[in-house]
Amino acid sequence: MNLDTGTQLIYLLSTALFILSLKWMNHPTTARRGVFSGVVAMVAAIGGTLIDPGILTYNWIAAAVVIGFLIGVPLSWVPLTAVPQRTALSHAFGGLAAGLVGAAEYYLWMTQHPERISRFGTGALVAEVILGFLTFTGSLMAAGKLMEIIPTRPIIYRGQNATNLSLLAIAILAGVWLVIHPGHWLLFPLIIVLALAFGVLLIIPIGGADMPTVIALLNSYAGLAAVAMGFVLDNKLLIAAGALDGSSGLILSIIMCRAMNRSFANVLFGGFGQVKAAATTGEQKTVKSASAEDAAQIMTAARSVVIVPGYGMAVAQAQHRVRELYDALTKEGVDVKFAVHPVAGRMPGHMNVLLAEAEIPYDKLIEMDEINPEMPEVDVAMVLGANDVVNPAARHDKTSPIFGMPIIDADKAKTVFVIKRSMNPGFAGIENELFHADNTLMLFGDAKAMLTSIVQAMKE
Amino acid sequence: MSPHLISLMAATPPEASHYATDDFVTLLFVFMLATFIGLEVIRNVSRLLHTPLMSLTNAISAIAVVGSILLAGKAAGGVDQPLLVTILGTVALAASMINIVSGFLITDRMLKMFKKREPGKS
Repeated sequence: MNLDTGTQLIYLLSTALFILSLKWMNHPTTARRGVFSGVVAMVAAIGGTLIDPGILTYNWIAAAVVIGFLIGVPLSWVPLTAVPQRTALSHAFGGLAAGLVGAAEYYLWMTQHPERISRFGTGALVAEVILGFLTFTGSLMAAGKLMEIIPTRPIIYRGQNATNLSLLAIAILAGVWLVIHPGHWLLFPLIIVLALAFGVLLIIPIGGADMPTVIALLNSYAGLAAVAMGFVLDNKLLIAAGALDGSSGLILSIIMCRAMNRSFANVLFGGFGQVKAAATTGEQKTVKSASAEDAAQIMTAARSVVIVPGYGMAVAQAQHRVRELYDALTKEGVDVKFAVHPVAGRMPGHMNVLLAEAEIPYDKLIEMDEINPEMPEVDVAMVLGANDVVNPAARHDKTSPIFGMPIIDADKAKTVFVIKRSMNPGFAGIENELFHADNTLMLFGDAKAMLTSIVQAMKE
Repeated sequence: MSPHLISLMAATPPEASHYATDDFVTLLFVFMLATFIGLEVIRNVSRLLHTPLMSLTNAISAIAVVGSILLAGKAAGGVDQPLLVTILGTVALAASMINIVSGFLITDRMLKMFKKREPGKS
């Protein structure tokens, strides 16, 4: 691909704007400028490409752009609780695009331009196709699990990791062979099939609670697929933008892994959430429960309340009720804050977006590391649909599967309320000793209904 | 990296290829520098905004659209380009456009919701 200098300069400008776009995401006040700059960069890059003299017809392009708008616009209207699956789907589209372009390029090389086949080019092409297609099926699987079309619990069988890794190894070996012996083109479709299969098998053993890490990791793969495409097409803009996306996904996955005190390998190959069945066989411990009226009374009398939201809040669609509770307490002069654990929800930052949608001011959304030193001073902690991220066993119980995971110290508050449907263990199936603590009162019921009755009781 | 080392690395593909080794090294440089910039910039992104960040980078990486535009825009079915290639390019282009359109729109929709104080209240 030989682009003229004008197009290259436009690409240079786009790259700068993409970097600025991400830089402006460092604060909510400048973030929307970041989107604007990203849009300008994208429009410029597309415009600069459209004027390329190599383009002979615009019919196919126009059709694809129309389809893009017809599907893309409604896809941006999804409720915010569904943002994780939308994100997973768009990773799938990104992977598909990279994979298809790679396949088309290879076909072109084989049939029209055998002189363009080089070792480096083939190597990049193989990387693009493997990354693209494994991101495609992997993200579709992740989206399926998030939409609960596919069972969210990990599916594990004997020899699983060995099977998965050997599939990937065969794909890579086939790629290397193809680089050395370009004549064996039949290996190319084989690589595609292996990558597609590997994507599916990679996600099967991963449970719903690990989705934040997996989505971040797939984000990174989608970026790297774009980078590989840049190498194939000799296009620096693609490489730069793909690298920005790849590093973003990488940083987010590292943050997620740290927040669970686990390694990448453990998330991908650990089959978390399956081993735990044995851990719940302890003796029956007592719990104390309270009514909505009790909760209303105690919280109104408190000086400070910290609410710990989790995925359960999203499932119950309770964020607007939370907002009512926030208003009612603020009116009584109570200081209300939200403690957000990095892995709460199904994707990085999920809780923040839901609470922002419910018009909770963002300066009330506090990170785990900032809120924990304050927790012993807090009068009431209310755990709302969160479970493992407040389990004190993570601090001291070496036998617990979540031992070592940083948690929000809800148990250190003077009184803890836990809103929960029943005593069934949470997603990971781990017994939560917070529920049995002396200062914990359980509020049994649906989160939304319980919050409504608490707010009601406060008004009376 | 010393010039000597670079020339050594670039020389690894043994036979002559159409890829000028300079190009290949330049591309690697772009990749390395962009990765470091990306890591630094993303590290400073507010944790509040990690969900919008992901949808924004999603839209940005759909810049892969430029690759598919060139494939979809060559005359289809001609001597120069088989129909299959045009169709693959068009599907890839549509997939990228979906990401661009929905990615930017939903990012902006989410960011609009982040307010420090609700209007009318102190």
